[in-house]
Amino acid sequence: MILATAELIGIFKWLHGLLVDLGLKEPWLTVVVYGLLSVTIFGVLCLIALFLVWWERKIAGHIQQRFGPMRNGWHGWYQTVMDALKLLQKEDILVDTRDRPVFFWAPVICFVAAFLAYIVIPFGKGLIVADLNIGILYIIAITTFTVISLLMAGWGSHNKYALLGGMRSAAQVVSYEVPMVASILTVIIFSGSLSMVDITESQQGNFIFNWFIFRPPFGIIAFITYIIAATAEANRTPFDIPEAEQELVAGFNIEYSGMKFAMFFLAEFVNMFTVSAIATTLFLGGWNGPLLPSWLWFLGKTLLVVLLLMVFRWTFPRLRVDQLMEFAWKFLVPLTFANLILAGWMKYAGWYW
Amino acid sequence: MSKLRTEEFTVNMGPHHPSTHGVCRLILTMDGEKVVKIEPVIGYLHRSMEKICENRTYAQCVPLMDRFEYVTAMSAEYVFVNAVEKLAEVEVPERAEYLRVIMLELNRIASHLIFYGSTAMDIGALTPFIYGLRERELIIDLFEMTCGQRLTYNYMKIGGVSHDIPKEFIPKCREAVKIISEKMSDYEGLLNENPIWLARTKNIGVLSADKAIAYGVSGPILRASGVKYDIRKNEPYSIYDRLDFNIPTRPNGDCYDRYCLRLDEIRESLKIISQALDGLPEGDTLKKVNPFNFRPPAGEIYSRIENSRGEMGVYIVSDGSTKPLRVKMRGSSYNHIQIIPELAPGGLIADLVAIFATFDVIMPEVDR
Repeated sequence: MILATAELIGIFKWLHGLLVDLGLKEPWLTVVVYGLLSVTIFGVLCLIALFLVWWERKIAGHIQQRFGPMRNGWHGWYQTVMDALKLLQKEDILVDTRDRPVFFWAPVICFVAAFLAYIVIPFGKGLIVADLNIGILYIIAITTFTVISLLMAGWGSHNKYALLGGMRSAAQVVSYEVPMVASILTVIIFSGSLSMVDITESQQGNFIFNWFIFRPPFGIIAFITYIIAATAEANRTPFDIPEAEQELVAGFNIEYSGMKFAMFFLAEFVNMFTVSAIATTLFLGGWNGPLLPSWLWFLGKTLLVVLLLMVFRWTFPRLRVDQLMEFAWKFLVPLTFANLILAGWMKYAGWYW
Repeated sequence: MSKLRTEEFTVNMGPHHPSTHGVCRLILTMDGEKVVKIEPVIGYLHRSMEKICENRTYAQCVPLMDRFEYVTAMSAEYVFVNAVEKLAEVEVPERAEYLRVIMLELNRIASHLIFYGSTAMDIGALTPFIYGLRERELIIDLFEMTCGQRLTYNYMKIGGVSHDIPKEFIPKCREAVKIISEKMSDYEGLLNENPIWLARTKNIGVLSADKAIAYGVSGPILRASGVKYDIRKNEPYSIYDRLDFNIPTRPNGDCYDRYCLRLDEIRESLKIISQALDGLPEGDTLKKVNPFNFRPPAGEIYSRIENSRGEMGVYIVSDGSTKPLRVKMRGSSYNHIQIIPELAPGGLIADLVAIFATFDVIMPEVDR
């Protein structure tokens, strides 16, 4: 069993004990505990996604010298809740010529894949669902899953704009996966482990200067390249060509409406939080930090990275699709690989650290 | 392995597409992302304005002209009023001419600010749009203060302007000029040296001077191709011959030059407004003509002006009655839209959007 009781925080420890007292036997014990954990994480992430939508609108507003949502509650804090409720009630408009199963499953896969990554993300000290020993590899595999759903959405919609959007996103995500993995590998060389918990723990101590971002130059280069690749991975401006509004109207989700659209939309924000959480874990010391509780450090750092991505979106123009590819293959890939090789060499020769 | 076979496909871009600025429809033949052929389909905004004008008195035609070019409605009004005045030899008071030039130039700036915002938005930068509209608001407020309207003014009358400016106008206008000239550095700072912006606009949609002239292109697009031609200088109307301003040109004729040129033009317009405000004489603003019994002599006239998009003209045939026999409007966008199928093929769909945006085509002018 991957789940160790000691790894769970108070409430789950208590719950686990309660269930044992009630006479619940394996394997049902594991099923119930995991089920409750999943529901909790799902709920928290949905709240985070709703918060991020609101936050993005506020940031966009303030960058553009307006207020953003102001009507619902204090500074419009429950605006996105109402938006989600509205989308739930909307008619689900369907194209007759759609590819039925593909069209139906695309948002489901997108939504599920976005949430699956959170199994191995350490939100705080001991606050992790499962500490897989291949944690980061698992995340890379799962986040790439999203591209299948976008391709499915593009194909299933029976719409040329959607198809172009789907093809663009496939090309983009596959290209940016390479520099992203190469920058993640740099961190793995530093830490010597694929486990998210081990990576976090190897950045402990020395105030904050053991964080991998403070290992110049390799840590910083890896961080910057990771952020760039992650922006592309999350389909955010300046790399948001799959849904480039002015070219493809809405790209892959052009034919989706109501809750199906909301699933894509929420998944996008969950993805953004995922890539930021990974950046935090790998480069910014995860939950490590002085004074404050560990989960607060994690949340704070992640939101800071999210803020960075949001500022990108509201300040940059969009790259063209061929320039995007050139940037990935001609600039990022050589840079990250050189960085990786040099970092590995330094580590092997023992000159550094 | 045998060679991969690809197939061209047709994409219908518009009439309701976010970046066709109204209801233009482009039938694109695409090879993957590459545009192979473009076929513009116009007429979705046709309102039969020329025919409607034939059934109205001259004064009643003026508010229609607002709808001919609603982004710079002042210039559309002016070109019609100017044609009628030339035909009937109506003397316009000096003060009215100054006010007209102030309004025309303010409207030119407002139009270029919309261009700035919408072009940036089409190329993916969402923030400059709000910045452009924020300063446009100052200008719109000035119009509202003067004639009560914010978009379709009905301000120019045959023989003058409908309202004199209120007392607060001049200080407010000077303040607006000052604010806009300060904000110009903001606009340029946001985009001009941004590497993504440069990559998206430099050497995209290059229009050579010969081709531009051959296609009857005018206005900022012609000047961005290096041709120094501006009706305000070459064939001065109103009081433009008394004002000191430059005609900016740019050599390359690509999207970036077209964008920069319009920012340069905002500066020149600010200069013109300041001069006109300084020289504004006292006196009447309207020489009254009876709008119901206004009969210009039989004859024909073509009047043209330089508006924010290019040469705008009106051709009027009069038979001496109260209504024009024939009105023909010339909108520069009509000429500009026909060169897009020449420029865009070979590029990607994103380039087409950039070209369309920097041509600043508006559809009411094309379809009338």
